[in-house]
Amino acid sequence: MSVKRTLVKQARLFAILALLIFSAVSQAAVEAYQFESPKMEAEYNQLIGELRCLVCQNQNLSGSNADLAKDLRRKTHELLMDGNTPDQVSDYMVARYGDFVLYRPPLQTNTLLLWLGPFALLLLVVVVVFMKMRQKQVLVAPEQDAMAKAKQYLSEPKRK
Amino acid sequence: MRFILPLGIFVLIVGLLGFGLTLDPKKIPSPLIDKSAPDFSLRNLYAPEEKLSKKDLLGQVWVLNVWASWCVSCRAEHAIITDLANRNLVDIFGLNYKDQPQDARRWLQQFGNPYSASLMDIDGRVGIDWGVYGVPETFVIGRDGQIKYKHIGPVTQESLEHEVIPAIKELLG
Repeated sequence: MSVKRTLVKQARLFAILALLIFSAVSQAAVEAYQFESPKMEAEYNQLIGELRCLVCQNQNLSGSNADLAKDLRRKTHELLMDGNTPDQVSDYMVARYGDFVLYRPPLQTNTLLLWLGPFALLLLVVVVVFMKMRQKQVLVAPEQDAMAKAKQYLSEPKRK
Repeated sequence: MRFILPLGIFVLIVGLLGFGLTLDPKKIPSPLIDKSAPDFSLRNLYAPEEKLSKKDLLGQVWVLNVWASWCVSCRAEHAIITDLANRNLVDIFGLNYKDQPQDARRWLQQFGNPYSASLMDIDGRVGIDWGVYGVPETFVIGRDGQIKYKHIGPVTQESLEHEVIPAIKELLG
């Protein structure tokens, strides 16, 4: 029992450490920018969450400490303050860095597989499962027959 | 017979993953190719009172090489850029990206200066306009001010001979 308790303690410690580590990673954006409105600040936070840092590739702008990420955050802020909409900011980034800069890829011919692939896969699985179930039913049917027969035998009065 | 479907799926997945391994995730196609080069107006590293802009370079084929004194692979690339400069095909302009002027001048003094001029992009704004994300980067720009070719990372002797110089020669006609 005491072994179990230490295990629980260790697991808890590990969980706390993991949380601490990851909270540090996701809080890299430290600049204090002034915004004209809370709405603009929300747009800014949304944008830096969805734009990719190109030098670190698997981080977004808000999560990265890289110099380029800092510069791109500044640019995002500037563009918003100049009256650009979030879509215009995204377009500005795409015009320079390509679709790759977006974590949410646009729906277009070369991303069709990416968008529709999971649904196609789901459909395939549903079809396969459906077919398997029908196959099983066919197999089960004679057994049900046997059950009915058995019941009939059992209900018959015992012969002497 | 019943193994054919799982085996087929397995082979398909292995094939796709294998193909994925041959791709370089660091290679991001630039949307700027065949587009008009972004505008800029920057001070000359050796003549800070003098500004150079895109307009001044219209009508000639030129190369923009993004470099910085803090960039280690620029040092490796420097000999190749010098080689290109010595062939006297086109003017090479340096975009001195996020650097301190005195550091940049010391770097050129130490390794030699292959650039017709180096433009100072101290805060990296012009770099963003050009979609720069990995220094060094090299662009080839045509007489019409359009970007014809872009190389990300250090230019090697091989990519110089097989990509950069052919792109320049094609533009020179």
